[in-house]
Amino acid sequence: MSKTVSEINEKIKRREAVVLTAEEIIGLVEEKGPERAAKEVDVVTTGTFGPMCSSGMIINIGHAKPRMKLSGTCTLNDVVAYCGFAAVDIVLGATSLPDDDPRNKDHPGLFRYGGGHVIQEFVAGKDIKLIAKAYGTDCYPRKKLETWINIKDINEATLFNPRNAYQNYNVAVNTSDNTIYTYLGILKPNLGNANYCSAGQLSPLFNDPFFKTIGIGTKIFLGGGTGLIAWYGTQHNPTTQMKTKGVPYASGGTLSVIGDLKQMKPEWLVGASFLGYGVSMTVGIGIPIPILNEEIVKQTAIKDEELFAPVVDYSHAYPQRKSDILCEVSYAQLKSGQIHVKGKTVPTASISSYSKAVEIAETLKDWIQTGHFLLSEPVSPLPGPDSGTQFKPLKERALD
Amino acid sequence: MISKRIVLRFPPRLVEQPIISRLVKEYNLEFNILKAYVTPKEEGLLVLELMGEEEDCEKGIDYLSKIGLNIQPISQDVVRNEEKCTHCGVCVTVCPVGALVVDPKTRKILFHNDKCIVCELCVPACPPRAMEIHF
Repeated sequence: MSKTVSEINEKIKRREAVVLTAEEIIGLVEEKGPERAAKEVDVVTTGTFGPMCSSGMIINIGHAKPRMKLSGTCTLNDVVAYCGFAAVDIVLGATSLPDDDPRNKDHPGLFRYGGGHVIQEFVAGKDIKLIAKAYGTDCYPRKKLETWINIKDINEATLFNPRNAYQNYNVAVNTSDNTIYTYLGILKPNLGNANYCSAGQLSPLFNDPFFKTIGIGTKIFLGGGTGLIAWYGTQHNPTTQMKTKGVPYASGGTLSVIGDLKQMKPEWLVGASFLGYGVSMTVGIGIPIPILNEEIVKQTAIKDEELFAPVVDYSHAYPQRKSDILCEVSYAQLKSGQIHVKGKTVPTASISSYSKAVEIAETLKDWIQTGHFLLSEPVSPLPGPDSGTQFKPLKERALD
Repeated sequence: MISKRIVLRFPPRLVEQPIISRLVKEYNLEFNILKAYVTPKEEGLLVLELMGEEEDCEKGIDYLSKIGLNIQPISQDVVRNEEKCTHCGVCVTVCPVGALVVDPKTRKILFHNDKCIVCELCVPACPPRAMEIHF
């Protein structure tokens, strides 16, 4: 038996839809089998809350009097933003820094404040200091602008993240003799720790690995409000080799997401500082999966024991772009607090918050159960395993 | 049995003396070295947890001060800003004494302040910088 998204939406409107989180569905499918579970359940909600560097905002600040065409770059709370669009459109990326940040001059740098922090404060309703310059034109004569801006006063504030919600991710370790500082945290020497970054069984694309329901146009929980899947994310790699049940060996698919920043919340868009690496933003994403048939519910019942991630040496293989992996471990092992690498017991730590991922899946479940969130059908599918889409390295060519 | 956490500063003349072993032998105290280093001027700094009977602890500390050590109770404290913490868990392998651990049921991060030795390693390691030093 199969259902359609519009049938499920009718049930949501009547507040009769049966919604479970991707954690809760595991037990139900084990107990009742996929056939009955597909009949009984209408929607499974997923969630993830981890640092997602490829995130940013696009804002339109309105026109000054006299008019000014912002040129080159400007700063928001001293953090560098890009103005290479029309007169008053500004783009700020999560990893941008103030020009005078010491970076890694005194290694490891602290990276106290950057784009992700500005976005979080902006969403929280705090005033942000804008300083901009221009060369002046006949139609835009003004050359200098220094002002406070506030999210409630400006025209549009859009969160637009080119790459979020990786399907799977590396587990980072360090086999060298020195501590290293990475985007996956501090890695102690000689396999001193192993850091991972995924919500595992709750993570959106682990629950729909062939993109049967998640596609371009899918409405989602984004940053505490609602958003849409805008496109496939950069570095989308759906043709990576897969294990049984659609678990990609490598990082796999990614999503580009978009949404109105004005209805988002600062607790779900959190500025992050990585010692010796830089700044980023931790983003909350939750995606509903309509249970259209047995195949789809089977996939949502995937659990940590069945999900594997590659363990990669960030002191050598990763920076040198070598594809070597040390071993594979399951998310159940990672969550147990220790894994075994090259005969050594290595304590694990997570960069992604599982308890917050649960909260996102629960929130989305509540929105759907109370009729506040209807599902949308994708307007176009994401490139899948048969698409031929490949993740290519840079081909360097000499300039002369 | 009580336990006390103290910061000891050794002048250069005392750096090479076996002071801590006397605490064990003569004052019946157990100790746990939480942090230790010798500065470029050869002054020593030792953060120590002393365990034993209250009376022995007092006598031991009295001995330390008589021979010329500067003694302070641990005055700094690491406090978690609950509003900032996202419960990711990156701190748990950074903490050397297991004061930061994952609750296996809720997957939230528990901070046991009583185990904290104020080494401050978690402070810059925390991505939302939720671990704060209070004086």
